[in-house]
Amino acid sequence: MAKEKTTPPARKWKPKPPKVWKLRLYVAGESPKSLRAVTNLKVLCEEHLRGRYQIEVIDLLDKPHMARGDQIVAIPTLVVKLPKIVRKIIGDLSDADRVLVGLALEPLG
Amino acid sequence: MTRKTKTRQTSFPKLPKALTGIQGFDEITGGGLPLGRPTLISGGAGSGKTMFALEFLVRGAMQFSEPGVFISFEETLPDLARNAASLGFNLDRLVADKKLFLDHISISRSEISGTGEFDLDGLFIRIADAVKQVGAKRVVLDTIEALFGELPNPGILRAEIRRLFGWLKQKGLTTVITAERDRPERLTRHGIEEFVSDCVIVLDHRIREEISTRRLRVVKYRGSTHGTNEYPFLIDENGISVLPISSLGLDHAAPNARISTGIDRLDGMMGGKGFFRGSSILLSGTAGTGKTSVSAHFVDAACRRGERCLYFAFEESPRQVVRNMRSIGIDLEPWVKKGLLRFHAARPTYGGIEEILLVAHKHIGSFRPDVVVVDPITNLLTVSTLGEVRSMLTRLVDFLKTQEITAVFTSLTATGGSLEATEADVSSLMDTWLLLKAIEVGGERNRAVYVLKSRGMEHSNQIREFVLTNDGLRLLDVYLGPDGVLTGSARMSQEGRERAESTSRRQQQEGRGRELDRKRQIFEARMTMLRAEFEVEEANLQRSMSEAKLLDAELLQDRGQMVRSREADVLVYKGNGATAKGNGDARKGNGQASDVRTR
Repeated sequence: MAKEKTTPPARKWKPKPPKVWKLRLYVAGESPKSLRAVTNLKVLCEEHLRGRYQIEVIDLLDKPHMARGDQIVAIPTLVVKLPKIVRKIIGDLSDADRVLVGLALEPLG
Repeated sequence: MTRKTKTRQTSFPKLPKALTGIQGFDEITGGGLPLGRPTLISGGAGSGKTMFALEFLVRGAMQFSEPGVFISFEETLPDLARNAASLGFNLDRLVADKKLFLDHISISRSEISGTGEFDLDGLFIRIADAVKQVGAKRVVLDTIEALFGELPNPGILRAEIRRLFGWLKQKGLTTVITAERDRPERLTRHGIEEFVSDCVIVLDHRIREEISTRRLRVVKYRGSTHGTNEYPFLIDENGISVLPISSLGLDHAAPNARISTGIDRLDGMMGGKGFFRGSSILLSGTAGTGKTSVSAHFVDAACRRGERCLYFAFEESPRQVVRNMRSIGIDLEPWVKKGLLRFHAARPTYGGIEEILLVAHKHIGSFRPDVVVVDPITNLLTVSTLGEVRSMLTRLVDFLKTQEITAVFTSLTATGGSLEATEADVSSLMDTWLLLKAIEVGGERNRAVYVLKSRGMEHSNQIREFVLTNDGLRLLDVYLGPDGVLTGSARMSQEGRERAESTSRRQQQEGRGRELDRKRQIFEARMTMLRAEFEVEEANLQRSMSEAKLLDAELLQDRGQMVRSREADVLVYKGNGATAKGNGDARKGNGQASDVRTR
């Protein structure tokens, strides 16, 4: 599957974390789980990180060797490349709260 | 024989198998692991699962041109390479040659969070990619259950692992899956053995009486016969060796050739020719009866013939043996230098009994000896139970026989125990049994040897004394006294005594001869004397007879004179014809005359 990049204007909306979130989502083909994960991720990012995120979707069927670099076993796996938190979120990302915890973005209040 | 193997080959419905190349394992499974199917290797920590898996892959790649993929869930790749190096395998080179693909799967629970459904496609893809890269036929998953500790949702994991096994099978990959066995009652922590239907092998590393033994058991092998015993195995610098507990059968050859014991007169006790080649000989005896010396003679003789000897010394170091044997005039060192004699010396406690057997196998395999000495087998009892020692020796003897190796086993008999009971109770395994014995008599200990049994040859039934001289072991002449075999100074004194007795007998004989002579002389002297007496008497008699005649004549004369003087009838005394009458008359007349005269 092709990479999808949404590069927002770099300027701030909130003063706190000024960084760009670089997220990489590993999927395998267009399985329902994979598609669900992509959709869930996009929704979540739009909601919480609008304009401050990059999502790279890697289809391991196309690039199997990439699985080794990020130690991917389960699919889908979301890897946070930036900021540098060592974190992997496994699953179709259907539980938004847990994804936010995983991303170290406190869920609302 | 050929017919037998033929029928064996045809009668087996063949399940395709992949040779592991692991020494002994292919024998007990009849050809290795099921080809293109997963096999579960289960075992406790440190039981050798990874080693087994690794050797399976490496040997596959090196010996059977079947490249492999190693997916490690626990050990890192450098650790793995180091482990492999300890078995003598160079993983890096195999990887560089594209014969092996190593992948380390490392995920840690702390950095994972789960949100919703997932599958293990990532793992599938990684394996598939690795398989593609080297064209692998073999795969190892070591230890896949580690995933349960690291990924959420065990339910999904179980289902995915099941799918993985199915997928591997579908791909026709011969797979080894290792699993940790944490409790004796189950094979794996998470029950993944359910998904492996073809072959399950359990490894075990147990400590009994402080000695560790590794064991392997084929729990399940669908569609194939397999040994169900526990097979001991060993991991050393050459990898794993599994040893079948029982040998294939008693169909080893029985050569008729004979080889010398190295002691002429001992050969003499066995039909003059010594042991059968390829036979097993037991030398038993109490401490200090010369077991090692007899063995050394045998070794020396074998080396002289240019044969190769392997000497397992469980009690003495090689140097000690060499030095001690020099004292009886046997120099083993040149043979060691020439490479004809090799010592393997180790305290049995160094490894378990199975390890000893495996080491023995290895040495025999690499050195290819004609003659093997195990000195002594009784030391093995210090590390194991009687049953195990017996089983180990059975296997060793069988192995040596199939190789046609002549083997001498020495056995120390405990003092006080029955001499004819070997400690390890192995006599029935042996073809020839020489019993060395100390005979204590008259304040000394002397050595004696006899052939207790020797299958298939005539042998002496005598107990022979021998001495250890500077010039080797020497069997002495048999000396039988009234109380059995005499030895040492008893023999010498008996010899002396008998010599003295015979001298005195001879002297007695001579004395008797002289006595007779003397008697003869006396007899002859008496004869002479008697004759002399006789002659004297005879002379006397004759004299008295002549005197009487004389007297008669005188009487006659006197009577004549009287007659004349009385003027009696003259006629009476004349006329010859009437002499008798006249005599009678004359006598009458005489009487008358004497009457007359006395009157």
